[in-house]
Amino acid sequence: MVELILAPIAEKSSKFNHTDSWRILKPEIEYDKCIRCMICWKFCPDNAFEISTGSSIPSPNERTAKLEAPVINYDYCKGCGICANECPEKCIEMTVESKKVI
Amino acid sequence: MPFSIPTEEFMEPGHTACHGCGATLAMRYVLKALGKNTVVSVPASCWAVIPGAMPYRTLDVPMVYTPFAATGASISGLREALDIQGKEDYNVVGFAGDGGTADIGLQSLSGAMERGHNVFYIMYDNEGYMNTGVQRSGSTPYGAETTTTPVGKERNFKRQNKKVVADIMMAQGVPYVATATIAYPEDLIRKLDNARKIHGPKFIQVLATCPTGWYYPPEKSVEVSRLAVQSGVFPLYEFQNGVLRVSKPSKTVEVREYLSMQGRFSHLNDEDIAQLQEYVNQRMTMLLEKEKDTAKPGP
Repeated sequence: MVELILAPIAEKSSKFNHTDSWRILKPEIEYDKCIRCMICWKFCPDNAFEISTGSSIPSPNERTAKLEAPVINYDYCKGCGICANECPEKCIEMTVESKKVI
Repeated sequence: MPFSIPTEEFMEPGHTACHGCGATLAMRYVLKALGKNTVVSVPASCWAVIPGAMPYRTLDVPMVYTPFAATGASISGLREALDIQGKEDYNVVGFAGDGGTADIGLQSLSGAMERGHNVFYIMYDNEGYMNTGVQRSGSTPYGAETTTTPVGKERNFKRQNKKVVADIMMAQGVPYVATATIAYPEDLIRKLDNARKIHGPKFIQVLATCPTGWYYPPEKSVEVSRLAVQSGVFPLYEFQNGVLRVSKPSKTVEVREYLSMQGRFSHLNDEDIAQLQEYVNQRMTMLLEKEKDTAKPGP
């Protein structure tokens, strides 16, 4: 009997493929307003949010300082803007990207 | 605890989906709910393109590419093969678009559901053949403009109502049928958790918004899918062992508000919108009546 190989289709992850060159608008989080609801992380289609437990990130109050914070990985963010549109505190701002010409 | 959905990820970043793609969110939530022991079968669809070219992968779970019309057949075969090898703990998921479900794969889906294999079939419904350049499908709603139903002087927009595959599955008597959208991931994950408890075929239709084909700005993806539920255009329901439960949105809006956000409906006049509103109201009444009927204890 042939054993089914239950493994992902390739060894290398698509993390190799940086999609930052797709970006026209760049989201930036104002951490001193961020209440750590993680709604931006929840709705990111590019999985570009990382969950940070670092305490060095500014926070509006002591309670939120203890919670995990969303951090954008700009290597993968395509700049769709869903995070800024869904943020209940409106603390993600979309600015025009100024960066290297490929 | 700020996390309302599992934090484990099985979809890697770096994939090649469009900005603000709803289908990637659907896959992300489905894999979060089903976990590592899952085999995904994908026919020709947007998701056949999104994982990118070899030698890279986007999904951390096994994946099979199947012919367009064969998603139902492939998940049936995978299920039986896994069972023979004693791997009953693996979930088998068919993940097809609306073209591969409502049009091309319908016979295969219907057969797999009838044979009663223990599989999941997720239809991510972006209401058209988006990956090949926005052509009309059976699941495209009335009034939509696509490249095969173009609007010029003639206004040749789609004149037929949407074929709702979840309703067909419900009529066929599939043990578990549900609809969900990407705007309510907690609801989608809860529905998948419920479905897991059922040994048999499970069908879930997920409305996956598409900025490219629906002509709206990508940041509105989640907002549009939320309005689809609130306006009643895409009612959320769960049909489990013959009992239907329809979710009532906490806020309701007019269909006009949902339509006005999307360029594909921008040509509609007041008469067309009134007709669509009428259709939506009728469908909602029909669903609520069915809910009442199925809630009665059997004879």
